[in-house]
Amino acid sequence: MKKILLVSALLAMAGVAQAADHGEQLYETYCMQCHGVQGHGNGVNAAHMSVQPRDHTDTKEMAARTDDELFKVIQQGGKAINKSVLMPMWGGNLSDDDIHALVAHLRQLCCGKD
Amino acid sequence: MKGIPGIAALAALAAMLPLAAQADVAGDIQQQCAGCHALSHDYATQGIAERAERKAPPLDYAGNKFQRDWLVAWLQAPARIRPAGMFAPRLAVTGPDGDVVDADALPAHPALPAAQAEAMADYLMTLKPFDALIEAESYEPGSIALRMGKMNFGKFKGCDGCHQDEPGTGGVSGPELYTAWARLQPSFISSYIANPVAWDPHTMMPVGDANADAVAKLANYLKAIGEK
Repeated sequence: MKKILLVSALLAMAGVAQAADHGEQLYETYCMQCHGVQGHGNGVNAAHMSVQPRDHTDTKEMAARTDDELFKVIQQGGKAINKSVLMPMWGGNLSDDDIHALVAHLRQLCCGKD
Repeated sequence: MKGIPGIAALAALAAMLPLAAQADVAGDIQQQCAGCHALSHDYATQGIAERAERKAPPLDYAGNKFQRDWLVAWLQAPARIRPAGMFAPRLAVTGPDGDVVDADALPAHPALPAAQAEAMADYLMTLKPFDALIEAESYEPGSIALRMGKMNFGKFKGCDGCHQDEPGTGGVSGPELYTAWARLQPSFISSYIANPVAWDPHTMMPVGDANADAVAKLANYLKAIGEK
């Protein structure tokens, strides 16, 4: 019985790690070009933008947003929360699971939690 | 009479020559281009991690995408189209003013002699797996005032976050767009704006909510800046 519990726990941990990797990969592909390789809001495009991208490591700013709000802005773009059109809507590129993985990665970046 | 079978054989041989030449070009492209460019659509079935590994744009649908004359000219005198390379995050270094592209890390494309450029362009233009997407397009090129087009491109749609509509103006992670009209087929432009994931599921171009009129407005702006 102990062995079964141990295997289940290891599988669950592997699943969490896999989801975290996926969120990180998605962040690298879709977000870093504007939000920066370290998430500070200063990606290669940022210098050319009229509105600076959000600093995802800013704990105070990010803590003021709920997970649902983060999901919505990724899925529907900045316009959906009365922010800049420079934040595109990614709902046509990403599945809901992808977006949840991204939200989890944002929480890791801003607040050091999964 | 004796000469007739000989002539027929010569004619048959002549008819086969273009096919043989095309096979040679296909082999050359496989050998010289496949190290950086995808020549099949296999990447679409892989995970998202493949996008970061790409060294150059896929060419598997080149015949649905490019203008042949542009390809011929570009292959002889290649110039960078994506200011930040194929995948900006991998080439970016963080400095005091934010991320910048490491220019030394940007690879150069080899220049080809004219005859090889012609032959390769001809072959690439035969790669058309997405004829159905092109045929579904109803876009008819039209005109738009430059000022209005620019405002729509930037302020209303935010395309300038990633793309330049004139040299040095706009984001750097996407391809420059002031050369798009010369480079790309009009129906590809409208189809890609409307639904880029239909072409490439791992594209970094967002699927927006633009209807056909809004897509035409953006495509017409690319025409306007391309013909400026």
